[in-house]
Amino acid sequence: MTEKTESPSIESLSCPLPLQHQETIVMGHGSGGKLMHDLIAKAFVPAWDNPILRAGNDSGVVSSQEKNRLAISTDAHVVSPLFFPGGDIGSLAVCGTVNDIAVMGAQPLYLTVSFILEEGLPVETLERVIESMRVTAEVAEVQIVAGDTKVVSRGNGDGIYISTAGVGLLDDDVEIHGANAQPGDAVIISGTLGDHGIAVLAARGELGFQADLQSDIAPLNGLITDMLAASDKIHVLRDPTRGGLATTLNEIAGQSNTGIIIEEEKIPIKPEVNAASELLGFDPLYIANEGKLVAMVAPEEADKVLNIMQQHPFGKEAAIIGHVTDETQNRVLMKTLIGSHRIIDVLMGEMLPRIC
Amino acid sequence: MKYVSEYRDAKLVRALAEEVRDVVTQPWVIMEICGGQTHAIKRYGIDDLLPDEIELVHGPGCPVCVTPLAQIDKALAIASHPDVIFTSYGDMLRVPGSHQDLFSVRAAGGDVRVVYSPLDAVKIAQENPDKQVVFFAIGFETTAPANAMSVAQAKRLGLDNFSVLVSHVRVPPAMHAILSGEYNRVQGFLAAGHVCAVMGYWEYPPIAANYQTPMVVTGFEPLDLLKGVFEVVKLLESGKVEVTNAYARAVTFEGNKPAQDLINSIFQESDRNWRGIGLIPNSGWSLAPDYAAFDAEARFDVGDIHPEESPLCIAGEILQGLKKPTECPAFGTLCTPEHPLGATMVSTEGACSAYYQYHQPLEVQGLAND
Repeated sequence: MTEKTESPSIESLSCPLPLQHQETIVMGHGSGGKLMHDLIAKAFVPAWDNPILRAGNDSGVVSSQEKNRLAISTDAHVVSPLFFPGGDIGSLAVCGTVNDIAVMGAQPLYLTVSFILEEGLPVETLERVIESMRVTAEVAEVQIVAGDTKVVSRGNGDGIYISTAGVGLLDDDVEIHGANAQPGDAVIISGTLGDHGIAVLAARGELGFQADLQSDIAPLNGLITDMLAASDKIHVLRDPTRGGLATTLNEIAGQSNTGIIIEEEKIPIKPEVNAASELLGFDPLYIANEGKLVAMVAPEEADKVLNIMQQHPFGKEAAIIGHVTDETQNRVLMKTLIGSHRIIDVLMGEMLPRIC
Repeated sequence: MKYVSEYRDAKLVRALAEEVRDVVTQPWVIMEICGGQTHAIKRYGIDDLLPDEIELVHGPGCPVCVTPLAQIDKALAIASHPDVIFTSYGDMLRVPGSHQDLFSVRAAGGDVRVVYSPLDAVKIAQENPDKQVVFFAIGFETTAPANAMSVAQAKRLGLDNFSVLVSHVRVPPAMHAILSGEYNRVQGFLAAGHVCAVMGYWEYPPIAANYQTPMVVTGFEPLDLLKGVFEVVKLLESGKVEVTNAYARAVTFEGNKPAQDLINSIFQESDRNWRGIGLIPNSGWSLAPDYAAFDAEARFDVGDIHPEESPLCIAGEILQGLKKPTECPAFGTLCTPEHPLGATMVSTEGACSAYYQYHQPLEVQGLAND
């Protein structure tokens, strides 16, 4: 019996398939063609699946809700490294926009996401970011309803840039904004300052020592919902991101035409953040946070709001750190540990480590 | 924070300020050498706790501030070179040269990197063999050991792409210069604790005796500073010319011998220009002949440097304790941390920056310092 040789099938004669480029991003992933559609179908849609996104149209169409006012915000995100203890550029991109909407007192519902990817980026890295965005959006109870991807040639990007925009609904009777601080209001911070900035520095390997510290990245809309349910005398909410608490308080003082006095001994700061700051010559008041809010609340409701905040996982270490005043002419002052007062100004340019 | 917050205890600080009040009987002018001390004094409002008789004037101990303009212009020229990775302590990036700063060089395409330690610069040199890596080695005795170590390390590793632009200065010659100045007002010194942690304070007694000026080695926390003031006022009031140590938890008379040996093996004493002050003989360090190959000034042709100071800036008088920042007509108006005319407005140790950041607004002075 002669050995039967299998006749070649028509499939095996077909010309070899072009490379799928499933492992790294190539320029074609931003071309609008098949590679891009495959990436969307395989990486984005399954992770963020919802009927609006699945429809695959040029815009996500959402049904109108019975609220007269919308809060809309947009935010671009660049961070190095892309992953750091406690978060990554994906969770940052979701929380950044969710928090900007939530601090107006609005309930964020929908996000759009634009990616700028650098040629050569491992697809696995992109998938990790997408998964992180999925998880964060789930915690924040928002849906990602539209997106876009562009690719830039190697060397012209930093791996991944993400821009997010979001829409939230705002009740008619909610008046929370930077110009609404009133003399006598208590100033409440939702937790420790500077965790994000120092965690990212540590992840860059720039501290020269190990820091066991996580970024504080968190969506704050749940915490804010609880606060608003407890009190209708919350006048200002804001998230002290870049520029830190000092810059945020100065913005509010300027917008509201009031002064603010905070007390150094009441400001919650983790010992490791304090230690790193002492060593590098940074001031935690100026270091970025990504999961903290500062609230100005009528004095009679301050303890109630504080109590509610402390019961929420993202507000456990909340503290009243000062008050709004009409005595200091739009200036932010801090009562130091030894009882003197000093001005807290806005951050000038880039924060630089000192020499010795 | 352990071992820090203890030295910021409000009750102890106030009690010590009271003790100063109890011993002082006449006006005294005391200079804190170090810019880090100036900042702590302004940040915590320590000068406000002191009796009116005591005037604190601010010394030249800000490494960024005294780095001469010519060196900064050289740094800018080297950093602009396409094959160079220029590394520096962060503070230096915003210091204005004659026409620009290192930030502008970076924005124009120069590879300028902030390092936290000069040893990081050595690492960058190892990782980039096709680039010339230059470290801007500035500072007082505090940064000298680490800067010296980077050169020793580079030599040991046989790196031919690492060099240092040296602008090192020393405290004792500056004390000489201030005390011998025609308009000197300083009657007592708070010597800089960090400098003495490296060098000890064996160099100071002859200076104290020569100029009949007591000195107290002083730390940086509020209690340290008040302790230093208290000790120097006691010496002044009793007419004793001594050098004492109020920072014994960090400083010994001899200092850190291995660090001094390292400095002495890599560097040699040399004349230095101090920005705003001028040439002070033997006031700095430059590379010793054995290490001349690591001198960036020799390695790069920096061309003709013609430094031009802002005619408005009075940093020199401020650094010698002759004037206060608020006596400068440009202070807070033409000269701000965003648009500095001189280095004293830039550095986290500069006196002008301390006054700008922490100055007490008039309307606040009525607030009780309780």
